[in-house]
Amino acid sequence: MSSAIAAKTMTQTWQTLCTRADLVPYSGIAAWVETPEGPAQAAIFYLPGYEQELYAIDHHDPFSHANVIARGIVGDIKGQLVVASPIYKQHFRLEDGQCLEDDSVALRTWKVSFKGDEVWIEA
Amino acid sequence: MNTPNATKSQLIVIGNGMVGHHLVEQLVEQGATEHYEITVFGEERHLAYDRVHLSEYFSGRDADSLALSTAEYYAEHGIALRLSEAVTAIDRDKSEVTTPQGRYAYDRLVLATGSYPFVPPIPGNDREGCLVYRTLEDLDAIRAMAETANTGVVVGGGLLGLEAANALRGLNLDTAVVEFAPRLMPMQVDSEGGELLREKIESLGVQVLTGRATQEIVDGEASRHRMVFQDDKVLETDLIVFSAGIRPRDDLARDCGLEIGERGGVVIDDRCLTNDPAILAVGEVALWNNSIFGLVAPGYQMAKAAAATLLATASGSQDGSFKGADMSTKLKLMGVDVGSIGDAHGDRTPGARMFRFLDPIKQQYRKLVVSSDGKRLVGAMLVGDNSYYDTLLQYYANRMDLPEDPAALILPSSEGAPTLGPDALPETAMICSCHNVTKGDICATLDAGAVDLGAVKGETKASTGCGGCAALLKSVVDHELEARGVEVDKSICEHFAHTRQELYDIVRVEGIKTFSELMEKHGSAESHRLGCDICKPAVASILASCFNEPITDAAHIPLQDTNDTFMANMQKNGTYSVVPRVPGGEITPDKLVVLGQVAQKYALYTKVTGGQRIDLFGARLEDLPAIWGELIEAGFETGHAYGKSLRTVKSCVGSTWCRYGVQDSVGMAIQLEHRYKGLRAPHKIKFGVSGCTRECAEAQSKDIGVIATENGWNLYVCGNGGMRPRHAELFATDLADEQLYRIIDRFLMFYIRTADRLQRTSVWRENLDGGLDYLKEVILEDSLGIGEELDRQMQTVIDAYECEWANAISDPEKLKRFRSFVNDARPDPDIIYTTERGQLRPA
Repeated sequence: MSSAIAAKTMTQTWQTLCTRADLVPYSGIAAWVETPEGPAQAAIFYLPGYEQELYAIDHHDPFSHANVIARGIVGDIKGQLVVASPIYKQHFRLEDGQCLEDDSVALRTWKVSFKGDEVWIEA
Repeated sequence: MNTPNATKSQLIVIGNGMVGHHLVEQLVEQGATEHYEITVFGEERHLAYDRVHLSEYFSGRDADSLALSTAEYYAEHGIALRLSEAVTAIDRDKSEVTTPQGRYAYDRLVLATGSYPFVPPIPGNDREGCLVYRTLEDLDAIRAMAETANTGVVVGGGLLGLEAANALRGLNLDTAVVEFAPRLMPMQVDSEGGELLREKIESLGVQVLTGRATQEIVDGEASRHRMVFQDDKVLETDLIVFSAGIRPRDDLARDCGLEIGERGGVVIDDRCLTNDPAILAVGEVALWNNSIFGLVAPGYQMAKAAAATLLATASGSQDGSFKGADMSTKLKLMGVDVGSIGDAHGDRTPGARMFRFLDPIKQQYRKLVVSSDGKRLVGAMLVGDNSYYDTLLQYYANRMDLPEDPAALILPSSEGAPTLGPDALPETAMICSCHNVTKGDICATLDAGAVDLGAVKGETKASTGCGGCAALLKSVVDHELEARGVEVDKSICEHFAHTRQELYDIVRVEGIKTFSELMEKHGSAESHRLGCDICKPAVASILASCFNEPITDAAHIPLQDTNDTFMANMQKNGTYSVVPRVPGGEITPDKLVVLGQVAQKYALYTKVTGGQRIDLFGARLEDLPAIWGELIEAGFETGHAYGKSLRTVKSCVGSTWCRYGVQDSVGMAIQLEHRYKGLRAPHKIKFGVSGCTRECAEAQSKDIGVIATENGWNLYVCGNGGMRPRHAELFATDLADEQLYRIIDRFLMFYIRTADRLQRTSVWRENLDGGLDYLKEVILEDSLGIGEELDRQMQTVIDAYECEWANAISDPEKLKRFRSFVNDARPDPDIIYTTERGQLRPA
């Protein structure tokens, strides 16, 4: 809904990713997402019972250059929901991908939601 | 190729070397593709590659793995890359460039043409077999020529010359270096340093001739060439490589009338603009403030500044300019450390004072150049040991006040015994070498107002690189805070106002079996109650120590670090390594064959570990279950190499085969490994069992060391290898087997119960009030009356053992986790391998 990024995301479309049963509660899984720029790897985190239950964030770890973010530990730090990279342990905010240890680094994020038992992503 | 886009300006970049490519990356990153139609010309057929690591081309790296980018990257960002197309002229009046293939108009132009190797004007320098060392093509030519050569000479004893010499050596040529100056690396080192460097390099079998000017090169008698020196001495060789410095490739700029420096180089300002504002120059072709910068880092800084300049005009804002660059370098040449900081010779600093240290035995030389008032470090020189570099660079770069006796910075440390505790560490002690953070920096951060570990990390970045210093950093911060009268909050993290020990007791006393239950009853109400990467693995470990339920059960899986989740060790490229258990290091030929077959089938790199096991590297996440299926089928079980748990019990061969062995050390090692396998602890645990006092299993460097005597076993505890080695201490003597198990049971459980998060037995022991005597009272005399309880706890864990991999692969629900991608079987295309010494490794 954010109009600030609307200009860049005009060609985005909703697509189906997987089902609820594929998700791992309170943890992440990785998925391929078709974006206008080509296929991308996304990390999908599932927090059942939380106000926002689903987050989609770049699977690529900019510090190690490995595709591993979905394998990180999810947590909250000073009120912010984060995932810790499993390689060098930097924390990335689930909401907007911002790295807490380095202001200049942020991961891409996508909108993701349930439609029934299916997981849909806008990319 | 296409008609120019009317709405965008045409930007041409000449040169696709490291700096030219970095410029492209900067342009892409800063969004220049929205304003510019970019065309890049490269005269080589290769995409930009890593010239800094060029010599690795000879030791097995191929052009692809040296490449800094891909054609796809350029295509993806709409940048036209024209390789094998050299620009031959620039017409500034028409604003176009000419190549053999055509003419191209530009609005802005960047020269990134770099430099060429200088070949001294010696008659005969163009003979066949006289080459330079600059491009992949040059290296191919050297390699081809070396096939019919026995000897090689490098002309030029600078940094690149020595690299070239090493390469020739690697091609099995008898190698010599000829340097015009009286010493090697004249730019970086002085005569003492040069002499030491010469000794070291000569000891590697490379002949070093300094103070030699070559007069001419003629036909040789025994070899292809004869080099005739000024003093009429001669040297015969088959192959000559010139590496006598670089010259800026400024011919295009000269021809079109741009301003050129007296000794070459396109003159640029802080914004990388030449005297024609449409044209910029970056890298080794550019002359800034009368200097050419022959290192890649300054070139990258110029590229960044140039990108900012190009965008400033386009978008109307401006930031970033080139303000010169530090030429300090740290190198390892042919295995020899050379470091040079600032004004290393001291000839640019009036009144500079020097301190020198020379150790002719260890072959180390260090020099400090200090300002005339003795307060600042203005330069330094190191040969033979670069471990001083980081600290010295800090003093230099941060203009820190030197200690009262600056010589202390280069004198060898005289600390005989290992230092105990953070108090004993000097201010200069490097705590985090990834980010160059010393204890002094940490103290300064605390003095400036930081109040906890998190603040120190945020301020200094300490422990945010490889993380290897996390424990040391924490102990330094805690110690310093306490010294400042701050009551240190020992809470494990923001989610629990408890220490690990307290959480352990809570879990045990209240019988709590899940993280969520613990969080609900004892977690902080202010948090989202999700936990974090500190408390989750710690609680997972406590739960496993107490109840030993499978760590892959749904309730436990979100708590685990990736290694425990996937029961393998994550490596730097996101693949995993697999270590099956080989108890005591004893393995049948059949099982050895299976390990080899599995490694072949899944293309794994294999290595024997220090702990007598075989490590299979490079397994893709999605292959792990199949790999383990085959290993379990062959009788292997999980090795727990991934866990904070018992890793391995190393053994010598003992009385089984050894003529000195007095007990069956292999049998005992196997017994112990099976007894404690899967036991989760605050840190990984290693054992060693030696069959006699010759100690071939190195048991005294382990957490638990067992050494056979004529009468039974001696037990040693709390040893450690690793970053801060510590010898184990003798705990009990002449034990029978059952006594040995009982004592180790109690010892380990007491450690698990009372140690801090990620605290090794060695550190735990050092921090133990009452020391070893207290530990003996508790374990051997049961002074606390908890002996039987500890026994029971250990028995619970032992009884609950099951192979974690066998458990996982028998459960389809658990196996779902081992998919790289949930919606596609496409493998991760970014996992790329290269070969080295006949095996795969990450590219």
